[in-house]
Amino acid sequence: MNAARRFAPRVALLLVAIVAILLPVLEPNPASINVAVFTMMYVGLASAWNIMGGYTGYISLGHAGFFGLGAYTLGLGVAHLGIGPGYGPFALVPLAGLLTGLFALPIGWIALRTRAATFVIVTIAVMFMLQLAAMNLIGLTGGTGGLSLPVPRWSGDFYNTPFYYAMLILASLTIAVSWWIRRSKFGLGLLAIRDDEDKAMAVGVPTRQFKLAAFVISAALVGMIGGVYAYYVTYVYPEFVIDPLTGISMVLMAFLGGLGTLTGPVLGALLVEPAQLSLAYNFGASRLYLVFYSGVFLVVILLLPRGIVPSVRDLTIGWWTRGGPGRAAGPSPGPSTPAPGNVVAP
Amino acid sequence: MASQLLQAAVLGVLTGGVYALMASGLTLIFGVMRIINVGQGALVILGAYLSFVLFNTWHIDPFLGLLVTMPAMFLIGVVLELVFIRPLKTDRESLSVLVTYALALGIEGVLGFVFTANYRELSVWYDTASVPLFGFRITLVYVFGFALCLAILGALFLVLYRTTFGAAIRATMLNRTAAQLIGIDVEGVSAVAFGIGMATAAAGGAVFGITTAFNPNSHYDLISRLLTVIVLGGLGSLRGAVVAALIMLVTQDVASVIIAPEWSAFVFFVILVAVLLVRPQGLYGVRVRERI
Repeated sequence: MNAARRFAPRVALLLVAIVAILLPVLEPNPASINVAVFTMMYVGLASAWNIMGGYTGYISLGHAGFFGLGAYTLGLGVAHLGIGPGYGPFALVPLAGLLTGLFALPIGWIALRTRAATFVIVTIAVMFMLQLAAMNLIGLTGGTGGLSLPVPRWSGDFYNTPFYYAMLILASLTIAVSWWIRRSKFGLGLLAIRDDEDKAMAVGVPTRQFKLAAFVISAALVGMIGGVYAYYVTYVYPEFVIDPLTGISMVLMAFLGGLGTLTGPVLGALLVEPAQLSLAYNFGASRLYLVFYSGVFLVVILLLPRGIVPSVRDLTIGWWTRGGPGRAAGPSPGPSTPAPGNVVAP
Repeated sequence: MASQLLQAAVLGVLTGGVYALMASGLTLIFGVMRIINVGQGALVILGAYLSFVLFNTWHIDPFLGLLVTMPAMFLIGVVLELVFIRPLKTDRESLSVLVTYALALGIEGVLGFVFTANYRELSVWYDTASVPLFGFRITLVYVFGFALCLAILGALFLVLYRTTFGAAIRATMLNRTAAQLIGIDVEGVSAVAFGIGMATAAAGGAVFGITTAFNPNSHYDLISRLLTVIVLGGLGSLRGAVVAALIMLVTQDVASVIIAPEWSAFVFFVILVAVLLVRPQGLYGVRVRERI
């Protein structure tokens, strides 16, 4: 029983990894791979957002700004370094992460002087400030006219595949970072900040440094994903790469799956993004998909405020220990919840 | 240049009044309920569209139409509070941001479906007529709008500081639990406060719709400005919101003369950053220890 419970997650992870890697072979239709590219992009974005929003409880609605910074870094880098189409631009993705992280440092330093509600507002304001700067710095960014990137000369059937793997690698990297943080002392400090910041400070958690580090890591990961996105769509417009909807989407996905859990944002992205893409494809012109989107959001928050993963975990823990559901919902069972095997049945 | 600056300053004060009105609802809602209504911008746009429909269909003047739109929006606000805000029991402050954001998206979607993404404008006669003032001409709508804002803000202050219900609102703002203990129906107060917030959005929307071309997307720009205003004023401070709106708009209009119009909105954010560096709690805010 215990061995099965210990190995089940590893086997599941292996299976998921195999499916993810073989996906372009299993389903070679370019339209499907396009959906997979965007889904994998949001797996990465939601997981990266979760490092700040989920672990520390500081809700940032402005992460779309960092997405845009990464996109512009890649677009400008390719243009100024004279990198041609092909695999070359992918080499600039780490640079996009680095520069976004550098930008996030002062932004986070200022924004994190505030807490809770004010922090949310500041992140929104910063996002619009970045968008405005991108529109007005015409000499650098091309203003509202945007930037164009070179279009790779890959065949239509193959075109999406390199981008899928790029997104897959970044999503895996993000999940790995998130996993590492979650089980490190740093991650423990972040969770302490979420639960009670003043007490965390009192017991010696360097709250300011920890929050800033989480913010910068989260932003840098989002920036790298933004860089790949820019190359995928081959143009960078201020309204598209710094879109409030991108910012709120990653938040919704993290909330739906389970805030502050490792698998929650992944699950949320896998559920929401394909649905969003098909809605935008079918109803995009009428903007009715926004109504649907807001409906899902409201239902999730009102009926399932803790997300799918924590709710299901409680349910299964009830089954494992008592042979039935019904364990009272704890306040914040992240992955730190004792493994069900260790729970003493009453 | 000097006369241009003076003109910009006067215009800034007048439009600042409109922003003060829109922001007052936002800061009142925060003060009473400790939630940030990110949907306030979308509700202002909704108010603008309501005025637009009344004006285009029945030729009702937007200012007169407020007699209809303000009560209607008040009721919408009460219903929204009952259905979407009240059920939030834990972690209200963060969850409410997301709920109201979702409401904003929903409103944007519905408005986009009904009215399309085309820009609209309320073209009333006082949108073009002007009066001379200090040697330059001021469009009448700014004067009317400012007068309306003074009237509504005045009424709001009277209700808050001269009535028993106002005392209940202020008590809830000071300490929700203590207010509940002395028998104030804080849930009822919250619903009414949310309704008042919506009513101010309706009024702000009417003036906004006359002075600015709008489409369902306009709320993003609006809400980021309104949020900046209430942070500068200090969250929950009505006086702060009014003072901050005037400071912001005057600075913005003066900056658009001195620097360039396209950078004027940037001034908002520069001021925001400066405030956060010097005084994170805003002009009239108090530093609160949260989650003790």
